[in-house]
Amino acid sequence: MAEIIAHPRKAVAINPLKTSAPLGAALAFLGLDACQPLFHGSQGCTAFALVLMVRHFREAIPLQTTAMTEISTILGGADHIEQAISNIHQRARPRIIGLCTTGLTETRGEDMIGDLKLMRARHPEWHDLSVVFAPTPDYTGGLQEGWATAVTAMVNTLVPDGEATPAGCAPAVRDQINLLAGSHLTPGDLEVLREIVESFGLTPIILPDLSGSLDGHVPDRYIPHTLGGTRLEEIRAMGRSVHTLAVGEHMRGAADALTQRTGVPFTLFDHLVGLAANDRLVALLSDLSGRPAPPSLRRRRSQLVDAMLDGHFHFAGRQVAIAAEPDLLLALSALLAGLGCTIRTAVTSAASPVLAHVPAGRVTIGDLDDLETGARGCDLLVTHAQGAEIAKRLGIPLFRAGFPLFDRLGAAHRVTVGYRGSRDLIFEIGNIFLDHRSEHAPGHPPLHHEEDDDDRTIGSQAAAG
Amino acid sequence: MLKQKLQDVLNEPACATNQAKSTQDRRKGCSAKALVPGAAAGGCAFDGAKVALQPIADAAHLVHGPIACEGNSWDSRHAASSGPRLYRTGLTTDLQELDIIHGGEKKLFRAIGDIIERFDPPAIFVYQTCVPALIGDDLVKVCGLAAARFGKPVIPVNAPGFVGTKNLGNKLGGEALLDYVIGTREPEHTTPYDINVLGEYNVAGELWQVTPLFERLGIRLLASITGDGRYHDVCCAHRARVNMMVCAQALINLARKMEERWGIPYFEGSFYGIGDTSTALRTIARLLVERDAPADLLTRTEALIAEEEARAWTRLARYRPVLAGKRVLLYTGGVKSWSVISALQEMGMIVIGTSVRKSTETDKDRARDLLGPDARLFDQIPAREMYRMLQDGEADILISGGRTQFTALKARVPWLDINQERHHAYAGYDGMVEMVRQIHLELTNPIWTQVRAPAPWEQGA
Repeated sequence: MAEIIAHPRKAVAINPLKTSAPLGAALAFLGLDACQPLFHGSQGCTAFALVLMVRHFREAIPLQTTAMTEISTILGGADHIEQAISNIHQRARPRIIGLCTTGLTETRGEDMIGDLKLMRARHPEWHDLSVVFAPTPDYTGGLQEGWATAVTAMVNTLVPDGEATPAGCAPAVRDQINLLAGSHLTPGDLEVLREIVESFGLTPIILPDLSGSLDGHVPDRYIPHTLGGTRLEEIRAMGRSVHTLAVGEHMRGAADALTQRTGVPFTLFDHLVGLAANDRLVALLSDLSGRPAPPSLRRRRSQLVDAMLDGHFHFAGRQVAIAAEPDLLLALSALLAGLGCTIRTAVTSAASPVLAHVPAGRVTIGDLDDLETGARGCDLLVTHAQGAEIAKRLGIPLFRAGFPLFDRLGAAHRVTVGYRGSRDLIFEIGNIFLDHRSEHAPGHPPLHHEEDDDDRTIGSQAAAG
Repeated sequence: MLKQKLQDVLNEPACATNQAKSTQDRRKGCSAKALVPGAAAGGCAFDGAKVALQPIADAAHLVHGPIACEGNSWDSRHAASSGPRLYRTGLTTDLQELDIIHGGEKKLFRAIGDIIERFDPPAIFVYQTCVPALIGDDLVKVCGLAAARFGKPVIPVNAPGFVGTKNLGNKLGGEALLDYVIGTREPEHTTPYDINVLGEYNVAGELWQVTPLFERLGIRLLASITGDGRYHDVCCAHRARVNMMVCAQALINLARKMEERWGIPYFEGSFYGIGDTSTALRTIARLLVERDAPADLLTRTEALIAEEEARAWTRLARYRPVLAGKRVLLYTGGVKSWSVISALQEMGMIVIGTSVRKSTETDKDRARDLLGPDARLFDQIPAREMYRMLQDGEADILISGGRTQFTALKARVPWLDINQERHHAYAGYDGMVEMVRQIHLELTNPIWTQVRAPAPWEQGA
């Protein structure tokens, strides 16, 4: 059990690890087909998030703003929302608008749900438009939390309530399952998960599905909103699935909401990296489908085992410093520790129940400066692209993971889930260790283990905000 | 106080766009037209202020606000530094819900103290953002108290995002320099050749394509405002003999007020394009001589211009055979367009259209003169229309900022980046040669025939 350290008195974040909650919500909405995310805030809120996502995905990103000004903030922004929705409805014709608040409009405080109801009454022409509202103040949580809020809002707004509507009571489709995807999964990961699920003869509805929209394809015409991603009809059909897989602890809220609305039970996976997690997935899919694991998966499992056998020599005893959002932190540190690395420094962006399970002495809720301070003498840094300067300063190799990865091609296509993704991840990190073998050999002080001089009782502690 | 400042900046008498407006429009400010909910694009005032000031490389830049303002944007511009790296450190008070309930002033004060203790910078710029502005955190007061307590310049930059556009923020950044920085220190010595360059941010190291030219003429760059800038140099900027304003729209208020306050004449110039670079050097020399620099500077400048122009045109000549006849769609804001048009035309390229959305009437006339009657001047091209133009083969290459990058690429049309995120430096004589080289590389890249080939299942369709 890791001890969780928060810095309630720390006044300044130095080299932030965190990106904002509205950005995470927008990213989730980009996984819906024919969707246009909209930030209720000043135009800068949208511009910064937009630029960062464009740099990460190397794609045009549809993201709009209600363009709040000082005066409209004070007077209340309902008419800006109304005007924004009208403009988007006319110009881009999306089927869904994902409306996210920001720090600015949340500080002011508005009755968004009430306002939206009144607007809809005034605009009968919006009848074919769904508006999903996600309250995402910038001052609470980060990308992962914003993503979770948006997915929960999608479920509560778009999935018919089983009790209330007769359609919800339609018989279950026997081979259909739901997959609630966490923000730590890339479009490439989702593509692979779909294949794995389908190899059991099951049909997954993935929510949200970035593999359809942000997988870097070249469309043959101009589309002003998302193209690809979960379709509205699919979301409405989620109540007829036999089971829901939720990937990431931060998907628990959405999974709970889905169960409450539809009665479909769920199984939660913190992540799908490494042998144990994937064995659990395969066992569950086998159960649900009544089919044995297909030969291709068995072969891949064997390849992963072989990669662990070949690779573990290079991981054993290595000291790693890692900074990532909670669910990704758990996924990567579990894999590394599972191959014999010591997680010397673990930094994350926000409190989460999974932090206690991170295989490290302690987890700091902090910034990349905490990572830098704790990384001296480590063999590997793991964090997003903003860690590159730190790695250079410390002379420690960097394995890039998380968001944003603006200095890498193919960030959307990196796969780390499934047997094969885990195998390749072991190769990729193992090769970094191989490249840096000699640098840390003679003349280097002997490995120092934090637990050697740590006489505290290691336990978990409630973390503050 | 911020309100007064805004009125002042929006009334800028030296701004041609502003002067062309009616009194009523002027009062609405630069941003009145741009902000349409659901159809707006571009950065906020905070973004603009940060763009203008952050290149001061040895200073700390602290953003007072929730995580979005700094967390989503830190270290994202390629304003290069020849030494200090502190400006690339992301610093924010990362306001949490409780900070907003209790007010963020104390946290801000402690943050300033922590930064001074940790980094000991010559100065800290503190940027206001929307949320603390809304809850009434008094940035000026906290910065004043901190400056007194810690004995360091702590400069409030009062440009919360919701007061307007990025351009307005540039100007508010300039105001902060006027109010708190410029004139607070005397240079160790002065020369008759001292100049400042305003509004050049050293993106991709462009300033360094120009400073060797200054050095050869014996012109001293007293303060770069702010590319590769140093805080103490900016403090001494009031002793320069001439101000050159590079990004005219951005810091015109600064140039005009420096003239008012310290009698420094300014001119608007550009280092994009061969002709414009020569004109800029010529104007600097003339203004310096008018202010008592030895007159031989003029002849030395002409000699340098003749040599550099000849060298540049010789180097460019080899690209002409490939580039001649190729059609360019130029889509960028501000002065950059006019400056490169002549170089492209000299290569025999045909500029089929250019954007004029940030341009004055004078600029538009100039574009019409350069491009002839057939060229189109665009205010804004909707993405859908631009995609169609490119898909229909109306241009061989799009030269633009990052915002339209994927419109070109998805239409499988060559694209050249001239935005602030670009990686190549295009200033001065060498920069223009580099730009033409990059256009050549892009147009002749072997991928274009490959990616336009039909898929197997499309053969014969």
